Amino acid sequence: MSAFSISREACPTIKNILLLDSEGKRVAVKYFCDDWPTNAARLAFEKSIFTKTQKTNARTEAEIAMLESNIVVYKFVQDLHFFVTGGDEENELILTTVLQGFYDAVALLLRNNVDQREALENLDLILLCLDEIVDGGIVLETDGSIIAGKVATHTMDDGSPLSEQTISQALATAREHLTRSLLR
Amino acid sequence: MAQPLVKKDDDRDDEMDYSPFMGIEKGAVLQEARVFNDPQLDPRRCSQVITKLLYLLNQGETFTKIEATEVFFAVTKLFQSKDVGLRRMVYLMIKELSPSADEVIIVTSSLMKDMNSRTDMYRANAIRVLCRITDGTLLTQIERYLKQAIVDKNPVVASAALVSGIHLLQTNPEIVKRWSNEVQEAVQSRAALVQFHALGLLHQIRQNDRLAVSKLVTSLTRGTVRSPLAQCLLIRYTSQVIRESGMNNQTGERPFYDYLEGCLRHKAEMVIFEAARAITELSGVTSRELNPAITVLQLFLSSSKPVLRFAAVRTLNKVAMTHPTAVTNCNIDMESLISDQNRSIATLAITTLLKTGNESSVDRLMKQITNFMSDIADEFKIVVVEAIRSLCLKFPLKYRSLMNFLSNILREEGGFDYKKAIVDSIVILIRDIPDAKESGLLHLCEFIEDCEFTYLSTQILHFLGNEGPKTSDPSKYIRYIYNRVILENATVRAAAVSTLAKFGAMVDSLKPRIFILLKRCLFDNDDEVRDRATLYLNTLGGDGSVVETEGEVKEFLFGSFDVPLSNMETSLKNYIQDPSEESFDINSVPKEVKSQPLAEKKAPGKKPTGLSAPPSAPASAADAYEKLLLSIPEFASFGKLFKSSAPVELTEAETEYAVNVVKHIFDNHVVLQYNCTNTIPEQLLENVIVVVDASDAEEFAEIASKPLRSLPYDSPGQIFVAFEKPGGVPAVGKFSNVLRFIVKEVDPSTGEAEEDGVEDEYQLEDLEVVAADYMLKVGVSNFKNAWESMGSDFERLEEYGLGPRDSLTEAVNAVISLLGMQPCEGTEVVATNSRSHTCLLSGVFIGNVKVLVRLSFGIDAQKEVAMKLVVRSEDESVCVAIHEIVASG
Repeated sequence: MSAFSISREACPTIKNILLLDSEGKRVAVKYFCDDWPTNAARLAFEKSIFTKTQKTNARTEAEIAMLESNIVVYKFVQDLHFFVTGGDEENELILTTVLQGFYDAVALLLRNNVDQREALENLDLILLCLDEIVDGGIVLETDGSIIAGKVATHTMDDGSPLSEQTISQALATAREHLTRSLLR
Repeated sequence: MAQPLVKKDDDRDDEMDYSPFMGIEKGAVLQEARVFNDPQLDPRRCSQVITKLLYLLNQGETFTKIEATEVFFAVTKLFQSKDVGLRRMVYLMIKELSPSADEVIIVTSSLMKDMNSRTDMYRANAIRVLCRITDGTLLTQIERYLKQAIVDKNPVVASAALVSGIHLLQTNPEIVKRWSNEVQEAVQSRAALVQFHALGLLHQIRQNDRLAVSKLVTSLTRGTVRSPLAQCLLIRYTSQVIRESGMNNQTGERPFYDYLEGCLRHKAEMVIFEAARAITELSGVTSRELNPAITVLQLFLSSSKPVLRFAAVRTLNKVAMTHPTAVTNCNIDMESLISDQNRSIATLAITTLLKTGNESSVDRLMKQITNFMSDIADEFKIVVVEAIRSLCLKFPLKYRSLMNFLSNILREEGGFDYKKAIVDSIVILIRDIPDAKESGLLHLCEFIEDCEFTYLSTQILHFLGNEGPKTSDPSKYIRYIYNRVILENATVRAAAVSTLAKFGAMVDSLKPRIFILLKRCLFDNDDEVRDRATLYLNTLGGDGSVVETEGEVKEFLFGSFDVPLSNMETSLKNYIQDPSEESFDINSVPKEVKSQPLAEKKAPGKKPTGLSAPPSAPASAADAYEKLLLSIPEFASFGKLFKSSAPVELTEAETEYAVNVVKHIFDNHVVLQYNCTNTIPEQLLENVIVVVDASDAEEFAEIASKPLRSLPYDSPGQIFVAFEKPGGVPAVGKFSNVLRFIVKEVDPSTGEAEEDGVEDEYQLEDLEVVAADYMLKVGVSNFKNAWESMGSDFERLEEYGLGPRDSLTEAVNAVISLLGMQPCEGTEVVATNSRSHTCLLSGVFIGNVKVLVRLSFGIDAQKEVAMKLVVRSEDESVCVAIHEIVASG
């Protein structure tokens, strides 16, 4: 039984985290390994995983599939598709924990408006979120609220949580969001 | 806010494809990046520009070297701003740009300042960025801070330093190894993830020190590990320690098994599963150890979460390969998974059931699968087909229903790979189960009547040409074959002509009629088809009379091409380049194979590849060996090759020279084939010989040896040594081997060897020729019939005490491998906890004598195993020989 080599004794490793839209286009992706060295290879992988999972129902519970001897766990919310990929010897449940952490954090950061437009308008938050979940393939944090907390402290200038904002502040935030969204 | 407020676009909501980045262009964004140089920085605007740059990079856009440098320098200016959000984006941008060494210097001081900042977020992120972009020299400067960070009271900072340590260990191990005191302290941290990261790093620092790893595991398995992730790591390290330490022989207990079993009751599913999987993968796991793990996996099977079901069924599927009986308890849960929404789960459930099922459940299972097949993707169907193939080989009596199933799915829609898998399976069944031949061939014939894949048609026609003439009524295949000549494309027509010719050559009664058909092919509009028809008409003796086909013609039609194609290609190219009057002589092509094609056979788990393998299937490796041996003049007179053993390794893995040996058994000779590989790039070996000392093998006398002239780096070569031995007798003996050669230094830059070499030798491990080498594994489809038809004329019965054994399974396997015979009807599998077992074996002994063996085992409370062995064969002396093998083993 020497088949499982170094990788199994090392830390659990995440190969990539993908956030695609309902047509399989990238919203934000992050690759942590050299399995897909070129952008073309990455796009091909995203396309095949999207086509393979498109028809499945991963809305209530996270689903799982095998692709190119990788394990992919995924979850769909509105028009967003969340994917986490690991090697085929990886513990499926660890991958799912990462996926859930990613989704929870995004939902918190987007104030439960988890859809493509909201995600693109807050792309900086999504990218920071990816950065806080996994570092170079190693899981940094899996608790969605902690991840969101880390990301949010950077964006709120005064550092106060959303609930404590006054109405005028909230309006100001909304206006800023609108402005930002119209920047081309 | 410097940005003017833009009025809301009214129809924006209706626009489906709306994106804030629509129409974004790299050039324009790079222009925008100039705001980074403004004396009065606008943090929000700068953040937005960075987001756009990151968006571009994320979409796969690349920056040229100059662009990247410009952006990088501009971004470094942003360290002036005190805005926390902007700083965070700056960190992200720097990581994405992965600056070069001379650029890194620019940001080093800024990052080092942040590393000592009072803001935890700055500290954590600056550490991660700096460690990502730094090189060894800089690392020594910041080492002090990193050590402090590892034991920092803020878990985010500690984790950042630890994870960076894991990455840095790859490039600067000597520095990171100095941190082990701090890391050790961090392992005791109360923060869950800090403990996880510290454990990961500590293990990697110590991974080459077995004792240290073992100590680490011993102390932690007793203590409290908080986070589930850290617990998973510990389970992995524990099973590594178990693997390296082996069984505790005094008590029969496995060290740390209690810990793994305890983890099955952990509250996190992640940990339960990791532990269950670790238990199933223990080497030589007993059913008592396996049971608790199987029980929790069984619970997962009925979970509402697809991921849990998948993980459990995938693990059980693996267990079923080695311990089918252990998984049978889960069969009911498994059957309900056949209709699972997730097709990966359903397929795994099916294939597991196929592995664990017994003969009586096959029919019921096949019904369920038939319903299931129509709505899964091709890739899953292939898995099912392969599982059915192995099931059929296990229960040959059930071939009828399984073959029917295969032929049914062959008729349905499907892609090339799927059809090929089915056809391959049918072909393998035809070869291994003689009873299935006729029906299988007819199924294939029907398939090519309506087959859209030229490759499959031609392969089936070729196979039909070899097997069809040997059936009871060859004439019924002719119609299908000739239909191809009428209906198909040129490639298939040509293949059909060859097949017709084979029928003509083999079946004399059909010859005149075949001639008529072949003559019709002379008017085909394709050159190749006409040429083949003409050729075959002439070779078969064009007058159409019923005559015995000559051996030479048969050899021409059926013999495979014995010259390596790559050699043939080189020879032909040389011939064309240097034209001469003489015609090309195929005998001038060297037959020695340069690279060793058989090496890949060693790959474990390699399945027979169906059509692509030569016709007499299980002997495909043997065929290749036979060709190879016959091409060597010294061995040509030895006659027919009886058996070639699997390669036996004579060196440890990863030594300077890798040598394995294949034992070729002939009636009066044994040829040892040493496959050697030189794994040192700086060496060239010349005049390589194996000096064999046969003093412990009295009946063997060395008669010939074929050395290897040169053995360059990484291109395997073969050395042969031949021995004479008494005919028909299973002579055994032990050989010691020494590799002797002249070694020459090779300059790795030029690849040229030096003139002078040094003589040297290399001790190889000993090799034994054992009785099992004289036994061919040949299965019978119906053991009872074969047993009865063999008769009890030469039956021999004897009882043996095998002494204390760990389990019945071990005893059964020991006897099977001692005899080297084929277990029949799946009787090599011993039911869990049973106290007795009957095992049926069949084989062919040297001299082509069929042998059947019935073994009855019993085990008592003291684990003493007794065995009754009954042998039947066509030759009394063989029966005696079998008993001698057991008595002396």
